[in-house]
Amino acid sequence: MSMEKLITKQHVIDFLMEAQRIIAENKDYLTQLDSAIGDADHGINIDRGFSKIIAQLDGLKEKSIGEILKSCAMILISTVGGASGPLYGTAFLSAANETAGKEVLSVEDLLNVLKSALNGIKARGKATLGEKTMVDAIEPALQAFEKELLDGNRNLTRILEIVVKAAENGAKNTIPLRATKGRASYLGNRSIGHQDPGATSSYLLFKAMYNVAVREG
Amino acid sequence: MKKLINNVADVVKESIEGLGLAFPELLKVSLQPRYVYRADAPVKGKVAIISGGGSGHEPMHAGFVGYGMLDAACPGEVFTSPTPDQMYEAAKMVHSDKGVLFIVKNYSGDVMNFEMAADMLKSEGIDVENVIIDDDVAVENSLYTQGRRGVGTTVLAEKICGAAAEKGYELKDLVELCRKVNSYGRSMGLALTPCTVPAAGKSTFELAEEEIELGIGIHGEPGRERIKIKSANELTELLAYPIIRDLPFEKGDRVLAFVNSMGGTPDIELFIVYRALHKILEKEGIIIERKLIGRYITSLEMQGVSITLLKLDDELVKLWDAPVRTPALRWGM
Repeated sequence: MSMEKLITKQHVIDFLMEAQRIIAENKDYLTQLDSAIGDADHGINIDRGFSKIIAQLDGLKEKSIGEILKSCAMILISTVGGASGPLYGTAFLSAANETAGKEVLSVEDLLNVLKSALNGIKARGKATLGEKTMVDAIEPALQAFEKELLDGNRNLTRILEIVVKAAENGAKNTIPLRATKGRASYLGNRSIGHQDPGATSSYLLFKAMYNVAVREG
Repeated sequence: MKKLINNVADVVKESIEGLGLAFPELLKVSLQPRYVYRADAPVKGKVAIISGGGSGHEPMHAGFVGYGMLDAACPGEVFTSPTPDQMYEAAKMVHSDKGVLFIVKNYSGDVMNFEMAADMLKSEGIDVENVIIDDDVAVENSLYTQGRRGVGTTVLAEKICGAAAEKGYELKDLVELCRKVNSYGRSMGLALTPCTVPAAGKSTFELAEEEIELGIGIHGEPGRERIKIKSANELTELLAYPIIRDLPFEKGDRVLAFVNSMGGTPDIELFIVYRALHKILEKEGIIIERKLIGRYITSLEMQGVSITLLKLDDELVKLWDAPVRTPALRWGM
């Protein structure tokens, strides 16, 4: 048995709490990004979703990782609304299906779970890389994750540090892009010069994952 | 902001409650989750038709619930997509054994939320099909955007498919019919004034006294271009010709002409627009066989107008003429 750290249900719960905290902290920032190219509600909507998850967390603690993620999906789908509700909801639902029956996750499992989430988002939103969406933060982050594993890195904290950096760069790289999906796409060239709020909230969720890993060593 | 409301947070809830109180013989209202459904649902042996979208477009969609049109409508917050639990519960309430048709306007939020609801229902063995309406010719670069928005043709599709469902069309035939209506319908609108979303408290955009916004969607989003106000005849031409050229509608084509108020424009102006449209179509040799004039798909209190032309064939005429009994459309019974 290696010294490799396994991800437990407690880590998942801690991640949800950290995600709620970091989203709440950045609520106004996300909404401000959305007011430039969307309908000025991204921070408000996603904060409402994660706050609802935390409010119901006590009732979820006895469930499996898969069941917890599925409940999160249902809460996000029914409370967030707009386009980000179904997108993050689908991500959590795909992640839940990938973890079904597992009590702990290895680093490979985590990558597979995140890949399922990304595939769910791409299928639901019919978006690919470079369309100024969440995909632009998540896909480079997972590419970085995969590369670390191939290079033999088994240290979750160090992997996530690199993943977060890639997600942050991905979000920043949406600034010069012209949106071709979602409501921002109607602005055409006027969407250029603004950072995508969805890519930014996706980066923040990776940041929450990293913060939990750092805190728990 | 001056509006006839009590609390901003209660606008949608209290409005559909009022609709339910006004038309108890036609419909019932569910508040948790929110949907409006036919009083006699589920109707045995009939495909259930469900639509929905952001509120603020009344009478669409809840005002079209009833015999010969929708089985249920799912209203979101003002200008915000409804969530999948609404469509899921509405479908469970109204479906019989013939399946469910979702008629969805092409906005990314609406499309995704309806798709999720369809996935949830399919996983329980309920047959569901989504048909997307995208008839707004004002969106020019549809290859590089979400695509054309769903506007006026939605109302016509709901009426025509509703009639077909009453006549016993199977789900797959309704899907084909709804796609045909979408492919035969084209719309474009303009705004003389913006509108105010209650939760925002201020106008969705600003227009100077002499300006109008050409090619608006139904959520107060910006249009094709901002121009100086012109006469009703000239403005009608600016809407009619892009529509005519897009399909294109040709000499000898039979059409349904739909002149719609965006909410704040009164009938007296709508008929001036209809008069202008009538003359244009006459000049182009396009035959107006049916017409609909009034306030059917709106942007709150916005002043403005949209024009929709729907190419007709015998099947569509027959289904348009079939009896309908809803709060907002009623004839033949």
